[in-house]
Amino acid sequence: MTPDVIVIGGGLHGCAAAMNLSARQCRVLVLERSAVARHASGASAGGVRTLNRDLAEVPLSLIAARMWDDIESLVDDDCDYHAHGQLRVAETEVELASLEARRQQMLALGYSHEVVIDQAELRRRAPTIGPQCVGALMVETDGAADPYRTTHAFRRKAERLGAQFIEGACVTALSRQGTVWQVTTPAARYEAPTIVNCAGAWSDEIAAMIGDRAPLQTRCSMMMVSERVAPFLGPVVSAVNRKLSFKQTDDGTVVIGGGHQGRPDRAHESYQLDGRRLGESATAVAAIFPTMRRVRIVRAWAGLEAQTPDHLPIIGPSPSAPGFFHAFGFSGHGFQPAPAVGRALADLVIDGGTQMPIAPFALDRFATSGKAA
Amino acid sequence: MFQRLPDTATAADFTVEVDGTTCAARAGDTVAAVLLMAGDGPMRRSVVSGAPRAAYCMMGVCFECLVEVDGLPSQQGCLVQVRPGMRIKRQNGRPEIAP
Amino acid sequence: MTESFDLAVVGAGPAGLAAAIRSSALGLKTVVVDEQPAPGGQIYRAVEATSRSPRAAALGPDYLRGRELVERFRASGAHYQPSTQVWQIEPSWSLFASTAASTHVVSARHLLLAVGATERPVPFSGWTLPGVMTVGAAQIMLKTSFMVPKPPFWIAGQGPLVLLYATQLLDAGIRPDGLLLTTPKGAIGRALGHVGGALSGWRYLRKGLAMMRRLKRSGVPILSDVEGIEAIGGERLERVSYRRAGVTQNVAASTLLVHEGVVPSTHMSLALGAAHDWDDATLCMKPRLDDWGKASLPGLSIAGDCGGIGGAEAAAVQGEIAAIGAAQALDKLDDAAAQRDALPLRKALAAHLAIRPFLDAIYRPRAAIRTPDDNVIVCRCEERTAKDVRDAVASGCIGPAQVKSFTRAGMGPCQGRQCALTLTELIASARGVSPAEAGYLRIRPPLKPVTIGELAALDEASAKEPA
Repeated sequence: MTPDVIVIGGGLHGCAAAMNLSARQCRVLVLERSAVARHASGASAGGVRTLNRDLAEVPLSLIAARMWDDIESLVDDDCDYHAHGQLRVAETEVELASLEARRQQMLALGYSHEVVIDQAELRRRAPTIGPQCVGALMVETDGAADPYRTTHAFRRKAERLGAQFIEGACVTALSRQGTVWQVTTPAARYEAPTIVNCAGAWSDEIAAMIGDRAPLQTRCSMMMVSERVAPFLGPVVSAVNRKLSFKQTDDGTVVIGGGHQGRPDRAHESYQLDGRRLGESATAVAAIFPTMRRVRIVRAWAGLEAQTPDHLPIIGPSPSAPGFFHAFGFSGHGFQPAPAVGRALADLVIDGGTQMPIAPFALDRFATSGKAA
Repeated sequence: MFQRLPDTATAADFTVEVDGTTCAARAGDTVAAVLLMAGDGPMRRSVVSGAPRAAYCMMGVCFECLVEVDGLPSQQGCLVQVRPGMRIKRQNGRPEIAP
Repeated sequence: MTESFDLAVVGAGPAGLAAAIRSSALGLKTVVVDEQPAPGGQIYRAVEATSRSPRAAALGPDYLRGRELVERFRASGAHYQPSTQVWQIEPSWSLFASTAASTHVVSARHLLLAVGATERPVPFSGWTLPGVMTVGAAQIMLKTSFMVPKPPFWIAGQGPLVLLYATQLLDAGIRPDGLLLTTPKGAIGRALGHVGGALSGWRYLRKGLAMMRRLKRSGVPILSDVEGIEAIGGERLERVSYRRAGVTQNVAASTLLVHEGVVPSTHMSLALGAAHDWDDATLCMKPRLDDWGKASLPGLSIAGDCGGIGGAEAAAVQGEIAAIGAAQALDKLDDAAAQRDALPLRKALAAHLAIRPFLDAIYRPRAAIRTPDDNVIVCRCEERTAKDVRDAVASGCIGPAQVKSFTRAGMGPCQGRQCALTLTELIASARGVSPAEAGYLRIRPPLKPVTIGELAALDEASAKEPA
């Protein structure tokens, strides 16, 4: 039976799109080039964060946050989601002042979820924080989840609702024949009237096949995880002037990210870690959490993600072709918004439009994009 | 669990501390070897379930002989050579890293 | 701080030492980096210190021969970095390494991995109890500290190391309470196809048979064709249970030493992305090598047991061949000279390796060790059982990477060293495919767990370097 929609990409966004479309009675086929959650989604830090988002993302992120509150009824799995808060730490008074300014800016726009806390409050919430830290910007209701588990939960829910997933199916060609798209993979050809492009780091290749030019770079953010240590931290911590994302999981391991780049190899779906940059990541950890110096890192990895010039995603209908929708380019912070993006995509496909605040993410905001030359 | 062969030359060179108890040691012994001589019980408790564990491979590939040495947590005891006065502590589950 | 070399050798066992001696003689600026405090690897562990002791004779002449190799290494002019752990290697080549005091980078044009072998993991019910150790572990205790297990202690397993260690104990005046040999009845039958090799390796055979005769004469109880070994106890090992000819027995024991052969240490070579193949004859992963020991990546060679089990003497020869190959690759030796120098080494190597197919066939580990029962822990670090792995496969996981994400097996500090082989065989068996198709765990840096402080020290060191 011909699907109504083919979703290209089995990461979290592809699975969320599939789940939402299936929930509204679409027949969905997901084509994943490797394995579900193999790349960005499986390598994510799993931060469920509204804190410090670009203003353009805030409305969508706040909608997603309410969905995360109820994630268990959404996908029949709690995804190991815990909301112990997120903190963005200032190490100097100047940095603290910048956080105050942000707070005021947000209040003026009608958003009160971000608050500034002082040093005493910061030390209460993160007792082992470095002594130079003077305060933080906080969202108390933010948190973190398990990215692999979350992606698979969306997948399984989509499958229960009738979606089909095919792994090891890399899309090599797309062409419009009348009112359907013909989708070519090495092993087989598929057809559907509608395509959703959630191909992550390879989305620009997919877009180019239909005449859309998406200015993407490949991001390869490195992560590290420690041995299990006794509990010492609840919230997720980042810092104003450091590349750092730092959290302790329930099993006691500490998961460290922050955007230090490895060396991607998109063509081979692989990467190399950069030892010196792991050193830089460790320096950031040691500055903010000095007692971590004696803790061992057991594993490091990276994912392949797509980055746009303004670090904002591309979500919306193709400017070039009918029946084609994009959702990619999340630039290292696509985990939290995914439940909302999935719903927006279902709206776009089925209703032809959406109330979700995705207008800032149109592909044609890039002067040199839109229709290919 | 283990014992020194009798009449081994220089049977004991110096002493170290294991959980506050003085133990004999010989140059060339590793921390794990001294622990195996010191007692029959567990060297540590698993960080997952608290199950009793002790050295298994003695060559640095099993990570069972994790002990605190002179204040540094989770050292592989089989790769650390003993020195006079070394303070060795068994780890009970997940190490504390509070200040 | 970065120092540059022509050749970096990781591992100071027979392969690494012999390679460094030969490469230095050929004019290559060489460094040997090793995590032990003294040269010798595992087979010649602590041989400098131990050979000076009156107890040394108990360890046998093969072990003491290592002393001469170490002395030649010390005199070779090769640089040596002991007590140094390599935790990241980047092409081509930067080795990121830590000592107790500092972190530094070693730079080299050619890299030789000579990291030897590890014991095959032997998962069975109770194997994580204090008191259960490998035969290799006990042998290290004997070599470095002249320590032996307190009675009652038993040895269970098969392979040349079992015979060797048991004989070394007898020479030291110690008798195990019993030997449980797990070679099945009829094993000789499946090894008969390799008897030609066995006969040309007759010196090895003769040694093995002599050890067996001594053990039999010693009065130590030796039980053969044993299966179903289990370790029983609460806080520590108390009893060992086993099955023989359908009858289950158990004995008191405070120490149980187990051994089911050794396997190449492929952690580093896999992390580098060199090509490996599943070898069904030896039930392990082996790097793909040419006859110079060159791996599939340019500038990388592999020698000794970490390229395939061959024993200490074969390892030394392979080290020399690899050094000649490296010199040729670095244009310090022309092709004709390289071939000429390697020729006698290749003949010696073939002689040393002749016995291997026979030994591999006779001592092939039982299925119970490779695909254990449901309740057996297969990932010691994370306490995941064979059932957890089988359930993950039933839920759709097709390979070790997915099983790892699903169950946490392989996520602990040993980084898969004790569980990767078992994971591959369990997944293959549960899926009904070959181990080659099931695949192997993806190995990632750091190559050994490394502290935040050690990582940060790298950054601090680079901050001081000129741009």
